[in-house]
Amino acid sequence: MQPINLNEVQQHIEQFANRDVYLHLETTNGAYASHFDQSFFSAGAYIRNAKINFTRGLITGDQAPYRAGLKLEIGWVYAEGLTHWELTEDGQLLIAGHSPDGKLAVALQLSPKPFE
Amino acid sequence: MSQHEHVLVVFPHPDDEAFGVSGTISMHTGRGVPVTYVCLTLGEMGRNLGNPPFATRESLPKIRKKELHNAAKVMNINDLRCWGYRDKTVEFEDPEALSARIRGVIDEINPTLIITFYPGYSVHPDHEATARAVIAAVESMPQAQRPTLNCVAFSNDCYEMLGEPDVIRDVSSVSQQKIEAIKAHRSQTEWLIAAMAEEDSKQVPDVLKRINREQFWTYKFE
Ligand SMILES: [Zn+2]
Repeated sequence: MQPINLNEVQQHIEQFANRDVYLHLETTNGAYASHFDQSFFSAGAYIRNAKINFTRGLITGDQAPYRAGLKLEIGWVYAEGLTHWELTEDGQLLIAGHSPDGKLAVALQLSPKPFE
Repeated sequence: MSQHEHVLVVFPHPDDEAFGVSGTISMHTGRGVPVTYVCLTLGEMGRNLGNPPFATRESLPKIRKKELHNAAKVMNINDLRCWGYRDKTVEFEDPEALSARIRGVIDEINPTLIITFYPGYSVHPDHEATARAVIAAVESMPQAQRPTLNCVAFSNDCYEMLGEPDVIRDVSSVSQQKIEAIKAHRSQTEWLIAAMAEEDSKQVPDVLKRINREQFWTYKFE
């Protein structure tokens, strides 16, 4: 993965607009957070292979970490804390937020075919 | 070694055996006892991807699968089974189907010892669900045929609730193998190895400070 370049990522997001695509969206602070620090409130969620069709998609922010929003016909997909991206051989757009200590905090991924 | 000895290890994540069990496994295989390792997921949802990232959410399972195969090779395990459940979802699977599948392996290989987590004291929901399924599988057997169950526990209250572990094994004779097995899970352990090298004791978890000592609680059915 490489640090997000807004223009580049924006162009790729637009390739996924107005057609059925598959979404992986995730936030996490780790299953062990509350084990190591009992005052820590651990929360997270993920959705894998949701079939969506967005009419408008934008990645934005003055500097990293960035935010992204995908406007659906009757709703939204939103993520913040995005720092890195990659386009895979299979044409999947992977956008992620990595904390300074190297832990994944958020992932927003689009694929023309279902994720494995 | 008695002729029929066979060890079955059941864990949900590729590195669950690394710190607390890899020495025990290596000692068994070193005596010629076959070890079957069933790993339920590929740890697909691991968070440690680096910054700059060395892996993505999609490449991580492939990396961890390779690491697990390397670790198995280090420990001389020649029966490694990856069952393809997804990380963080084991507790949502049908528990009866899962324990029936584990019972199937027990009936197939007839293990004399099973190693898994201790239900209630193993912190991660996948650990708990795996442990419950293994216990249920063994419980479904006639009492006289049940293999010994050695469980790993590490919740903050495990000593308080379970007392001292009753199986304590000095694995210093295979410590090099153990360190190689830990290193094989590089995506998960590289930072720990670095902390050990720097002798940064604040960063090194207790389990590594007592790397030559592995401990288990023998599960007792009611
Ligand atoms: Zn685990």
